[in-house]
Amino acid sequence: MTETNSEPKNPSKHGGYLRQAWLILLLSIFYGGLLAWVQITLGPIIAENKKQATYRQIPDLVKGADVGRTVEHVICGTDKKEKTVYQAFNTEGNPLGWVFPATGQGFADTIELLVALDNDLESITGLFVLNQKETPGLGNYIKDDSEFAKQFIGLNGNRPLVAVPLAENGKNQITSLTGATISSQTVCDIVNSVVTKYRQAAKDAVKNP
Amino acid sequence: MSAQPTSFERFINGIIPENPIYRQLLGMCPTLAITNSVASALTMAAATTFTLFCSNIMISLMRNYIKSHLRILVFTLTIATFVTVVDKFLAAFMPEMSTQLGPYIPLIIVNCIIISRCEACSSKQGIMPSMADALGVGLGFCLGLVSIATVREILGSGTWLGYTLLSSDIWMGWGIMVLPPGAFLTLGCLLALVNYYQSKHKASVESQNKTTE
Repeated sequence: MTETNSEPKNPSKHGGYLRQAWLILLLSIFYGGLLAWVQITLGPIIAENKKQATYRQIPDLVKGADVGRTVEHVICGTDKKEKTVYQAFNTEGNPLGWVFPATGQGFADTIELLVALDNDLESITGLFVLNQKETPGLGNYIKDDSEFAKQFIGLNGNRPLVAVPLAENGKNQITSLTGATISSQTVCDIVNSVVTKYRQAAKDAVKNP
Repeated sequence: MSAQPTSFERFINGIIPENPIYRQLLGMCPTLAITNSVASALTMAAATTFTLFCSNIMISLMRNYIKSHLRILVFTLTIATFVTVVDKFLAAFMPEMSTQLGPYIPLIIVNCIIISRCEACSSKQGIMPSMADALGVGLGFCLGLVSIATVREILGSGTWLGYTLLSSDIWMGWGIMVLPPGAFLTLGCLLALVNYYQSKHKASVESQNKTTE
């Protein structure tokens, strides 16, 4: 008989759950504190890195944009949550478009991406996946397959995007990466969500700066 | 109960005799996935060694209090904490590498190397042998990853750690080596080489023993 099998099957008869699990409870508190400290210490640096990564992508997402002229707006969406969005301008100071950072739950972890819209907030001009931890060899192609992101360019931001096995022209569809459309559809849902929630707020931010 | 290995033995065992990649065939996911460049291999090895070192220390300190039927839970909780620390550190100070390695850093949590060392060493021995074991196994893992990455990066891209060794005039770059099949081919060839030298070494030791008798 192994040592594991000799352990009590009913903890309540052998000192209770606390006696069995006190170490795990203590460890959870200690490790939770450690991770909270790490997050407080490194969180601002990680946020700054993401901001810099966003600025590096603006010229690709909004063609002709001058990064130096980018204006940050803090807007409040329909869900009452605040978000920093970026309005891109050309060298002459004319507005060209918008870049919205967006997040959503993917198959494995949170997917973070940038969605670019034209100046009228109607048409998608670019999409870039900042961070993802999708299944290697399947879902991770939302970032590694450059053709996937290109499909979004020119689609209508006002109508919901759908991931299908084979997209048809003019139907606001994108071709999913694999038969299992989870990661592809998640990207579509993130785009749909951020545009729906923040488009009007972005328009208002320009009217009432 | 048989005598446990000393700290020095633990350290040495982890490097070659019990090398996690070539002798135990553990940690195959990062071995195959991130060895297309030496920089990725070194980062993964450092991240794994840090996690293993911290986990071994914690498990060794708690070894007399861990209930045997809850040990896997304690191991996983401990490993997951230190992997999260490494993940945040890379995202803060090496953002490009963090993006490049993507899900493979969080996947260290399920790396068999770490949980096997917790089970085989740190839950049974004191803090010094556990630290030596972590450093030895970490070094062994690093040697394994870097050896595969060296072959793949040189043949695939003509570079080593980013430095050009074979200029594009004389070497076109063997594309398959930077792709997943290149990892299988390289690992297979290097494993065969290690096994060949191992059997040769064993045969020479046996013949020496016979001569002495």
